[in-house]
Amino acid sequence: MTQAPRELTVGVGAGGLATADMVLNIGPQHPATHGVLRLRITLDGERVLKAEPIVGYMHRGAEKLFEVRDYRQILVLANRHDWLSAFSNEIGLVLAVERMLGMDVPERATWTRTLMAELNRVLNHLMFLGSYPLELGAITPIFYAFREREDLQAVMEEISGGRMHYMFNRVGGLRDDLPSGWLGRVEATIAQVRRRLPDLESLIVGNEILHARTRGVGVLDVGVVTSYGVSGPIARASGLDIDLRRDQPYLAYDEVFGADGPGRVVTRTGGDCQARLEVLLEQVHVSLDIAEYCVQRLGSLERGPVNVKLPKVLKVPEGADYVATENPLGMNGYYLVSRGEKTPWRLKLRSASFNNVAVLGELLEGTLLADMVAILGSMFFVVGDIDK
Amino acid sequence: MTVDLPTPRVGPLQDAAPKPMRLVLNWGRRYSLWVFNFGLACCAIEFIAASMARHDFIRLGVIPFAPGPRQADLMVVSGTVTDKMAPAVRRLYDQMPEPKYVISFGACSNSGGPYWDSYAVTKGVDQLIPVDVYVPGCPPRPEALLHGILRLQDKIAAEQLSTRSYADRRRLAGAVTRPAVQEPGAGATRVPVAPVAPREARS
Repeated sequence: MTQAPRELTVGVGAGGLATADMVLNIGPQHPATHGVLRLRITLDGERVLKAEPIVGYMHRGAEKLFEVRDYRQILVLANRHDWLSAFSNEIGLVLAVERMLGMDVPERATWTRTLMAELNRVLNHLMFLGSYPLELGAITPIFYAFREREDLQAVMEEISGGRMHYMFNRVGGLRDDLPSGWLGRVEATIAQVRRRLPDLESLIVGNEILHARTRGVGVLDVGVVTSYGVSGPIARASGLDIDLRRDQPYLAYDEVFGADGPGRVVTRTGGDCQARLEVLLEQVHVSLDIAEYCVQRLGSLERGPVNVKLPKVLKVPEGADYVATENPLGMNGYYLVSRGEKTPWRLKLRSASFNNVAVLGELLEGTLLADMVAILGSMFFVVGDIDK
Repeated sequence: MTVDLPTPRVGPLQDAAPKPMRLVLNWGRRYSLWVFNFGLACCAIEFIAASMARHDFIRLGVIPFAPGPRQADLMVVSGTVTDKMAPAVRRLYDQMPEPKYVISFGACSNSGGPYWDSYAVTKGVDQLIPVDVYVPGCPPRPEALLHGILRLQDKIAAEQLSTRSYADRRRLAGAVTRPAVQEPGAGATRVPVAPVAPREARS
């Protein structure tokens, strides 16, 4: 027996249900924002119409505090804005102060700084290589990432005493000379991390689930990258071949990125979440290469001083200078204005994450809500670096 | 519409509760602390490190899988609390069910830390919520968090129903439903800050 098909009319009127946009508030305390970023998202169904990052929940007023700290004390605050790359932050500041003072830093200190900056880059990238899959639902990679991090932190701690905030830079060099036998332990740790990294890689590279979540998701084209001033691994994943270590060398990077050096700039052209993750992963390898090279160079250097004796009252001559460095997350700049006092008149901070997150409004538009976490996580930001 | 619910009380005989009972109650509480990580800044990374394989606080009965404050017993405030964030901290604390405990992890949430003279930073999370254990350091090592957890567990073990302040605390429904973000001046927690001297005054 056949039944006549019944037709059900839902929603009488101009052909369809009336819908209203929904405003969804993400954060400020939300696990996916690893920190306190807040997003105000306007949704039409599952589609994001508009996304607006609301920053400032971690604003600690560091720039104003710089003005009441002398040049030695500033380091404490300067390395804390991006807590995953403390050493690189210190370097930007001390380079600015040293350049304004016209100070020559001993070669040994320069190579040690380069070595530690690269180890710090590995630490930073490992954190994101662990936390990004975690946000996508894979819990195992972060255990591997932290295993390597603990070992690398151990060598950093041995030389500086800090696990995260090293405070090892001083204006004019480093705080202390290298402990005896430290270089050997660094080399062993690098080799160990290199040996065990495939554990982590095998979970990320070629993972079908990860590909489904990241391939073609959140594509950032070069035009947007340049117009928002996005930098670092995110910019390079969109095909923008820019790296201050090579393009505007500081520390010992002119040799590292020279003809015989191990340095190379990792780029991708995809611009999607997967490309960003791949850049990060490959940069870990490059940074380990550079670190190894630095260890060898340091081993062949003669023993010598690692710092310059400073006057009791450190005053920077009047003037202004801007030093930009390639932090793990992008370009990090310090604009230092001095009026010849013990404290800077103004120390403006250009942090990578601020620009990298600003692009979210453009990037999230038109994507699905389910992809929001994947895109947000792939921007590799540190909230302190956004809000300063 | 919201309704204020009375806090359940044991009654005047609570002090006379037999010791084995207290022992069992406190033993149960101290080793199943579902933790809610209020990760704010650098210290949150060390909190994560403490939850990873090497330090592994799960072996102490601290379980970091609470889906949110409503399912948590312990809140670890790790990082700088800013004045803009303060209402959210208070609100999430209010959402936690009793009995609840707070560990303040790191110099910033203890006292403002290196940002002690900042115009934007709350000088210690204890101005917003009661803190049980303070862990010093900037950031503290994961081992320090483990130590803090042990101290908290000692504290719970020594707890009597009458000594615990929550017995007298009344929960106001308005506290958990008020908006997280308030306009400055509209009752937002504001800490008076010693003003930084203007530029001209400094030399």
